[in-house]
Amino acid sequence: MRKTTITILAGLVAAAFVAAPASAQQKVRIGFISTFSGPQGVIGEDMKNSVELALDHLKRKVGGLDTEIFYGDDQVKPDVGKQVAEEMLKKNNVDFVSGVIWSNVMLAVAPTVTAAGKFMIGTNAGPNQLAGADCNELFFSTSWQNDQTPEAMGKYMQDAGIQDVYLIAPNYAAGKDMLTGFKRYFKGKIVDEVYTRLGQTDYQAELSQLRSKNPKAVFVFLPGGMGIQFLKQYSQAGLRGQFPLYSVYTVDELSIPAVKHAALGQLETRYWSQDLKNEANQKFVGDYRKKYGGKTPSFYGAQSYDGIMLIDSGVRAVKGNLADKKGMIAAMRKADFKSTRGKFTFNNNQFPIENFYLLKAVAGPTPNSDPVMEIQKTVFTAHKDSYAKDCKMKW
Amino acid sequence: MNFVLIAEQTLNGLQLGVMLFLLAAGLTLVFGIMNLVNLAHGALYMVGAYLTTYFYQATGSFVLGVVLGLAGSLLVGVVTELVALRTLYERDHLDHVLATFGLILIFNELIVMIWGRAAIYSSIPDYLSGHVDLAGGLHYPVYRLLIIGVGLLVALLLWLVVARTRLGMLIRAGASNRAMVAALGVDIRLLYTIVFGCGAALAGLAGLLAGPIYSVQPGMGELILIQVFVVIVIGGIGSIRGAFLGALIVGMVDTLGRAFLKPILATVVSPTAAETAGPALASMLIYLLMAAVLAFRPAGLFPARGT
Amino acid sequence: MSTPRTWILVAILLLLAAVPPIAAALAQPFYLDLLRRVMIFAIAATSLNLILGYGGMVSFGHAAYFGIGAYAVGVLSHHGIDNGWLQWGLAIGVSALVAAAIGSVSVRTSGIYFIMITLAFTQMLYYLGISIAEYGGDDGMRLKVRSQFSGLIDLDDPASFYYLVLAILALFLYLSRRLVNSRFGRVLQAIRSNEARTRAMGISPYPYRLAAFIIAGAMCGLAGALLVNHTAYLTPEFMNWTRSGELMFMVILGGIATTAGPLLGAAGLLLLEDGLQGWSVLPKWVHEHWQLYLGVILVLVVLYARRGLAGLLPGGENE
Repeated sequence: MRKTTITILAGLVAAAFVAAPASAQQKVRIGFISTFSGPQGVIGEDMKNSVELALDHLKRKVGGLDTEIFYGDDQVKPDVGKQVAEEMLKKNNVDFVSGVIWSNVMLAVAPTVTAAGKFMIGTNAGPNQLAGADCNELFFSTSWQNDQTPEAMGKYMQDAGIQDVYLIAPNYAAGKDMLTGFKRYFKGKIVDEVYTRLGQTDYQAELSQLRSKNPKAVFVFLPGGMGIQFLKQYSQAGLRGQFPLYSVYTVDELSIPAVKHAALGQLETRYWSQDLKNEANQKFVGDYRKKYGGKTPSFYGAQSYDGIMLIDSGVRAVKGNLADKKGMIAAMRKADFKSTRGKFTFNNNQFPIENFYLLKAVAGPTPNSDPVMEIQKTVFTAHKDSYAKDCKMKW
Repeated sequence: MNFVLIAEQTLNGLQLGVMLFLLAAGLTLVFGIMNLVNLAHGALYMVGAYLTTYFYQATGSFVLGVVLGLAGSLLVGVVTELVALRTLYERDHLDHVLATFGLILIFNELIVMIWGRAAIYSSIPDYLSGHVDLAGGLHYPVYRLLIIGVGLLVALLLWLVVARTRLGMLIRAGASNRAMVAALGVDIRLLYTIVFGCGAALAGLAGLLAGPIYSVQPGMGELILIQVFVVIVIGGIGSIRGAFLGALIVGMVDTLGRAFLKPILATVVSPTAAETAGPALASMLIYLLMAAVLAFRPAGLFPARGT
Repeated sequence: MSTPRTWILVAILLLLAAVPPIAAALAQPFYLDLLRRVMIFAIAATSLNLILGYGGMVSFGHAAYFGIGAYAVGVLSHHGIDNGWLQWGLAIGVSALVAAAIGSVSVRTSGIYFIMITLAFTQMLYYLGISIAEYGGDDGMRLKVRSQFSGLIDLDDPASFYYLVLAILALFLYLSRRLVNSRFGRVLQAIRSNEARTRAMGISPYPYRLAAFIIAGAMCGLAGALLVNHTAYLTPEFMNWTRSGELMFMVILGGIATTAGPLLGAAGLLLLEDGLQGWSVLPKWVHEHWQLYLGVILVLVVLYARRGLAGLLPGGENE
């Protein structure tokens, strides 16, 4: 009995080895890394949906070539992300790796991909290292540099003359970066800067402290479940009417269904909004709603969609000759595709130069629908990130 | 530092403690009586939150949602015990750990398959969402007071059951000497199922109370589970009194630490040092507390000999 | 020493040794990386098995040494010191020191209390790691240059690195086996099965447990140094309690207090995780909800394979 078990196991292992042959046809192979398990899997789902929609729009042919797409789950762990990237590079022989939500995963994955001579198209995380000293001609970002979004909020609140701001962020690298970016443009008085525990669920203590300090405005960065919890508790504590709440990466199309009217009145800054009026975006949002049961895509999705379109523009420009890396780099730098954010330009570090808007969560079209995020005004026009000067690339 | 704030934070700490108690009570009973390390306890908390949220939205009545959610948690607990856990009692703790970890994965993914990955919307019913004016200008949410009230009531009920009823006597006896209880002719398997079911119901109760104020999402149990383990270790395994006092201590220390540690530190070190050290220390505080307790009382503060 | 199990273990190691040339022949370099990762975790699991399996000390904080070993290498590299001997020596040394410190406090307790206190310490280290911005905080750090061994071995060559890891694994398995069968090991196991009786014989458990704890910590520190070289990246997440949990699961899955157990457990868990998500033979709905199937498999293994995966191997009555 035991011998049979072992034989079967050995046979399965051997089968696994040969089950993945290296194909030699002229296809485009794209690897997409995101988080598909755990609570943050909801972001990965949105990104994957958008990638699939992009492929549909391109009739499953990127740059005119048949396309194979591989999805990998980084489980929010940099070493797993790296392993997934290596599997895509070595086993699936991908030409492009795209995606990655988290900065620490990106810092492990991007150098792995570029060192292997393949393109890395980042569609979310924008760590300052990759925008500055560690920039690379094979790394393109279709999202932003992490600091830009809070910088926009800082500028807005500075220009609006708001004083006595109370800051809250989780105590980890991204949390600190967000508040640093905010303070780069906001020069007014800060009442207190509070760092909460990563993954914290209960914010009553912080809310009581906040109320006792009596600020004029509150600015928070609380992504994912933390944001949902904070928003609910903020609303339940009756603070909505008392202290205007500003945030970044806390309220978006993915978290609104969980908080509904508790999000009303929320102000965020972002480079994109679902109501941005350009041809590509209206098509993206409209078709996304049609394909995915009325759901509205988030900015994570918009970035991922643009990532595929960027790759498409590169491959098209070299007429499918994937060996012509220099040609693709030159083509992608031109960003000759219709982006969901409107006009798309790259900075010298291959990060986008883009507008940033102030968004507000307003009531939806019908009394029963969820709030929607809508643009109120433009805060930055053609904003460049603060690390481009550290990047040695010139073109 | 004003007294209203301190009072408010104390209430917050009390409420967090009570929430932890509901979870800790079930876990400590199961571990103390059945000697079962149940990592999936957090999953039962999640089930309670999901079922109540679902039934509340389906029926429009919060009360009905609570009743059905509670019944559902009890049912899920009993079924899990009968199907998966029965054979584990005689096994090593380590087998419990691996098997219940497997159960966590199963529960989480089943929730995902039914309700999707995104957090679902949960809310407090309107009649519970107001505020109460307590003495001295303290404005406290009704719902949070309700949680405190329910928690204290449950603590009282549990104490009555454990100290004054035959079932409670069996539970106490089982916590001290399982073999003897079985030898005395008590149907130990029925006792176990009842205890586990109660534990699951308590976890479900914690879940349904937490649902409206926390995020109802897959994996929500694991976020709070580690704090619960800290509570039962500080309190003493198998002891309800230990779970109650341990939970209150942890709730208080954690809340007051988060609120006041940084300002207190800022009086002894520079503001920038307090800025970095404060939050880091606040995260570690309950672990430091646990290490300190274990250093002086290796069996916890109120071990099960005679609760 | 020459039980059927030993031969099977030797066979597995020989099979692992054959992987690089086979992978090169089939042009599948990815499997080299995958199996190297498996072996590094197997080394860590072997170290945990020493105290958990044989010593009965369920440490939920073993991942701390993974992290310490990794950070020893990472921090030195960050400051320009790439000498592998120094880095790895420090990794082992600091891990042993920290294990001595944590162990001196924890080893006095037992049962669930030991579990929780080891957990507490590792969590504290984790939060500490997150707050040190100089070394990346929770963003972590890249290892730009792998450990250098003055030309003796080039870790940038995947096959060389692979063989080094295999050699260390084989060495640790052998050492672990010798340790367990020595007087020290027998006393340790005696303490695990009946502490009262051991005390009655005049042996104090504390020094034995502490010694085992330190040895296990040092071994895991080396595993950490290997891991950071493998991933070329480190984060405080290496020290998280969930990683400790993974190591524990590997040891339990493989079969506690067996020599082959840690290797089988590490291979089982990691290959299952990878396979359930990507193996093209499986249908899509398995890929999407792979954690469900992993959970089911784990529960089934516990219920029906009482001695773990190693228990499925023939022989073993002498283990």
